[in-house]
Amino acid sequence: MRRVVVTGLGMVSPLGGDVETTWKNILASRSGAGPITHFDATDYVCRIACEVKPADHEYGFDPNLRVDHKVQRQVDPFIIFGIDAAGQALEDAGLTDMSEQERFRAGCSIGSGIGGLPGIESESLVLHEKGPRRVSPHFVHGRLINLISGQVSIKYGLMGPNHAVVTACSTGAHSIGDAARMIAMDDADVMLAGGAESTICPIGIAGFSQARALSTSFNDTPEKASRPYDVARDGFVMGEGAGVVVLEEYEHAKARGAKIYAEVVGYGLSGDAYHVTAPHPEGSGAYRSMEMAMRKSGLSLADIDYVNAHGTSTPLGDELELGAVRRLFGDAIGTMSMSSTKSAIGHLLGGAGAVESIFCILAMRDQIVPPTLNLDNPSEGCAGVDLVPHVAKERKVKAVLNNSFGFGGTNASLVMKAI
Amino acid sequence: MSETADRVKKIVVEHLGVEAEKVTEDASFIDDLGADSLDIVELVMAFEEEFGVEIPDDAAEKIGTVKDAIDYIESKQ
Repeated sequence: MRRVVVTGLGMVSPLGGDVETTWKNILASRSGAGPITHFDATDYVCRIACEVKPADHEYGFDPNLRVDHKVQRQVDPFIIFGIDAAGQALEDAGLTDMSEQERFRAGCSIGSGIGGLPGIESESLVLHEKGPRRVSPHFVHGRLINLISGQVSIKYGLMGPNHAVVTACSTGAHSIGDAARMIAMDDADVMLAGGAESTICPIGIAGFSQARALSTSFNDTPEKASRPYDVARDGFVMGEGAGVVVLEEYEHAKARGAKIYAEVVGYGLSGDAYHVTAPHPEGSGAYRSMEMAMRKSGLSLADIDYVNAHGTSTPLGDELELGAVRRLFGDAIGTMSMSSTKSAIGHLLGGAGAVESIFCILAMRDQIVPPTLNLDNPSEGCAGVDLVPHVAKERKVKAVLNNSFGFGGTNASLVMKAI
Repeated sequence: MSETADRVKKIVVEHLGVEAEKVTEDASFIDDLGADSLDIVELVMAFEEEFGVEIPDDAAEKIGTVKDAIDYIESKQ
C-alpha cells in the first residue's frame, strides 16, 4: 500500500488567521470565546461563541490575503475560510507551482458539516420580503458544501479527485481519512483535505439551542463556557473556521525533498446506529472507530502519546468518549495524555476534525500537548487519565489519535505518527 | 459625467472588484471587466435596486458595456 504523509498545514480559527498564531495562543491557554458579535443575540439563551476575529484584531483573519474580492462577495464565510486555509497549506507544502501533469494528480477533499447556513438564512429573507427576482444568482454555488473544493481547484488548477465529505462534526476527520485512502489507492499523489464551518448566525444558534446542545450558563463569562470533562459543563460553544492539510504520497514527498510533518497510519470509521443526536450509551461506536484506526496503524496502544478528544463539553458525550477510551487503552491509559482543544476554540463542527488533526501534528513537531481549559473539577470518570488541565505540557509525542463524532451517530478516528 | 453614470460605475466597481479607472463607458463587462454571465445577472439586479427601474431579461441581454447600462437606465427615468 502507498504510504501517505502530511506536508502542509493551513488554518483559520477563533485564535488566529493562520496555524502558528493559533497554536501559540492554544499553548498560552487563551480562549477564543466571547459575546456573539455576528448578530444581535440579546434574545437568545446562548449569547456566546468562538468567532473568527476581524483583520484588525490581535489574532484576526484577513480574507483579502488569498480570496478574491469578487469571490468574497458571492460565497458564505465557510468557503472563504476554506479557500484561505487551503492556500496556506499549499504554500506551506511548497506546492503552489505544480506542473500540469502534477496537477492532474492533485485533488481536493474539503467538506463542511452544514455549509452556507448564514447565506441560506439571509437569502430566504430576501425571497420572503422582495420576491424571487431579488435572490442572488450566486445563491446556490455560494452556499454548497463542495464549493470549497470547487473554488480551490479552480484557483490552483487542481484536476485530481474533487470531493467533499458531509458527516456533521466528523467531517474534518473523515475528509482526511478518505483523502488519504485516495492517495493510498493511487487515485492521486497530492490531496488537500480538511473541513470548514461558519454557522454563528441566528438560525444556527437557535437551532443548536433548541437541540439543547449549546452551553447557556456562562453567557457572562464566555471564556469559562467550554469546559470538557468538568462537572459544571453544560453544552458546547460554537466555533467557526477551517483546517486543511496537504496529504502526499510518501515517495512523492521524499523525491521533492518536502518537509514531512507526520504519516497518516490509521483511519477508523463507524456508525452508532442508535440516535440522531445522543451518543450510544456504551460509547460502542466511538470504541469501534478508535479500535479500527489502531488496528490499521500497526501500532500498539502503548505507542499512543496523545489523544485529541472529541470532548465537546456536553454532559453526556464527554463521559461516554472517556469511557470508550478507557476500555480501549486498558493499562496503556496511564502513559498517554488526552485533551480537548475545543476548550479554547469551541466546536468547529465540520472543521473540528481537521483543525484538531493539525494540533496533533504540531504536538508531535514541538513535543508538547495542548491543554484542556477550565477543567477545575474533573467529573467522576476522569480519575487516572492525564487530561492536561489548564496548561500545556511538554512531553514525548511520537504518535497520536484524533477522534471526531457527529450527529447521526457517525464516528471517525485518525492515527498519525512522526517519521 | 452624468449622475447616473457615476452611480452605475460605483456599482460595477463594488460588484466586480475592479479598479475604478478600468470602468470606462466603452468597457465591456465580459471582455474588459472579467464578468461572467451570472455577474451580469447580479449587476442588473443591483441597477434595478439602485434606480428603481425594472430591466426585463430581453433588455438585460443587450447590456454589454457600461454605456449600454447607463443609456438603458436613463431612457427609463
